[in-house]
Amino acid sequence: MVDVAWQESGVSAQDVAERAKVLNKLRIGDIIFHQITKISALFVLVVLGGVIVSLFLGALPAFQEFGFSFITAQSWNPVTEKFGALAPIYGTIITSVIAMLIAVPLGLMIAMFLTELCPMWLRRPIGIAIELLAGIPSIIYGIWGLFVFAPFLQARVQPGVIAAFENVPLLSTLFEGPPFGIGMLTASLILAIMVLPFITSISRDVFDAVPPVLKEAAYGLGWTQWEVWRYVVLPFTRIGVIGGVMLGLGRALGETMAVTFVIGNAHKISSSLLAPGTTISATIANEFTEAVGDLYTSSLIALGLILFVITFIVLAIARYLLLRIERRVG
Amino acid sequence: MIDAKLYARRRRRNTLAAVASYGATFVGLSWLALILGVLFWEGFSGLSLRVFTEMTPPPGAVGGLLNAIVGSLIMTSLALVIGAPIGILAGTYMAEYGRHGRLASLVRFINDILLSAPSIVVGLFIYEVMVRPMGHFSGIAGAVVLGVLVIPVMVRTTEDMLTLVPDTLREAAASIGLPRSLMIRQVAYRAARAGIITGILLAVARISGETAPLLFTALNNQFFSTNLNAPMPSLPAVIFQFALSPYKDWQDLAWTGALIITLAVLAMSITARALTGTRKAS
Repeated sequence: MVDVAWQESGVSAQDVAERAKVLNKLRIGDIIFHQITKISALFVLVVLGGVIVSLFLGALPAFQEFGFSFITAQSWNPVTEKFGALAPIYGTIITSVIAMLIAVPLGLMIAMFLTELCPMWLRRPIGIAIELLAGIPSIIYGIWGLFVFAPFLQARVQPGVIAAFENVPLLSTLFEGPPFGIGMLTASLILAIMVLPFITSISRDVFDAVPPVLKEAAYGLGWTQWEVWRYVVLPFTRIGVIGGVMLGLGRALGETMAVTFVIGNAHKISSSLLAPGTTISATIANEFTEAVGDLYTSSLIALGLILFVITFIVLAIARYLLLRIERRVG
Repeated sequence: MIDAKLYARRRRRNTLAAVASYGATFVGLSWLALILGVLFWEGFSGLSLRVFTEMTPPPGAVGGLLNAIVGSLIMTSLALVIGAPIGILAGTYMAEYGRHGRLASLVRFINDILLSAPSIVVGLFIYEVMVRPMGHFSGIAGAVVLGVLVIPVMVRTTEDMLTLVPDTLREAAASIGLPRSLMIRQVAYRAARAGIITGILLAVARISGETAPLLFTALNNQFFSTNLNAPMPSLPAVIFQFALSPYKDWQDLAWTGALIITLAVLAMSITARALTGTRKAS
């Protein structure tokens, strides 16, 4: 027995070396693959760092020239090379906020329909249809807004609105002036449709995660569907819903093409929502390729940096909130 | 004793909420129908073989969108070649190696932000690092922008899909002595194949409608060009230019282009859904 074993290992001395070589190769392959995947993961961080650094360097001349007044000045004059970002910042925030005011209630009601009222067999198809709204490219919303929606608003809706609020104090300022069709309000409405699917699908997902026991207990006490949704489902999912809303807001703030088509691109702040305005992204999209002079280009890049910082903060809050609810559920 | 008024009020409020809920869903769905309806109405009449065989015309002449379609295809496929491997590998790291580690959590957080970050900012980034040093707009810069936009989508779907692969498969592979990297490539990737294909489809759907970042990288081109070192036309950029022009022929072509993009994007996202749908069911 001992002899045999001796003999065998004697014969396979070469085998052992061979085997060690193969194992070694596999081990090195393992290490290499691990490192490659790690480097790829790090690349995501490099992209983020690259965006921040390159935009900052590009924006530096503008910040040096105008200092803090870049954010507070309203004039945007390529001829005299005086650039202030207030009008685009104002437009970006106002259009996004109005869009959220419309899209949040609408999205929550749709999510309520999909989780509480809709018959089971219809839930998936309707859910997919709403999500398809998110799949339509931004430029399609733009061309649709410009050729279909804006003329419709101009001819049918805006004259009526202007006339209706003519004598109401505050509202008459918000809705004054000639009906252009395009303008801040039109952009807000288009944005509302575009962010609707994000709010809806996240709200639906978090509503679905409410433990049925909670709802059944409330129903057992004789609550109505509305009461259960309002006082059980909504409080339970509050954080997730806010996360979804912030995600939608992040989208609305950065949305470019659809807004560029319908906002009118006027560098001024008007009290009327019907007046043309501009947003950060629309300004960049419209003027970047035509910008002559380093200061002009640099100012546009500075606008991009401001936009990135704003959306980054909003999206970071959104992700943080969603992460929290994910941990609680999962 | 029973407060009939209270009950009536509660019931009324409930009915009101239900009506609002039905109404909101109706508004959402009819908006989708409206957009698609107009798109078909305006774009379908212009849809002919000519669109796919002729170049973009000067105003007043007839023509097609061939150069734009080819440009879009070139840049989209290059973007996939650049972005997909990085995204898949990064997603692999997060699902297989990092999981709950600090690096993976950080990358996951940043990646989710990049997923919804404005693409126009990425366009400016590539302008700064590629277009400005090179001194001119180019197709390759356009491809790189789209490639960067592909990465977060791929990272997300790859990670999600690999996480769905049951650990028993991994353990079985490990028990027969398969090294980890081989296990990932031969077992995990194979089990998650449908999911990874879904990711690619979603990524293509995401970038094929991108317009803004292309405007300052690939710019546009009235002529047929496969030269990656020169400005390259793309379908969205041509739509943008033609839609805002005062010429009726150009606007009609823009609608047709819009219809083509939308159909392609919707087909891809529906296929992606079908792929993952059957996956979850099985």
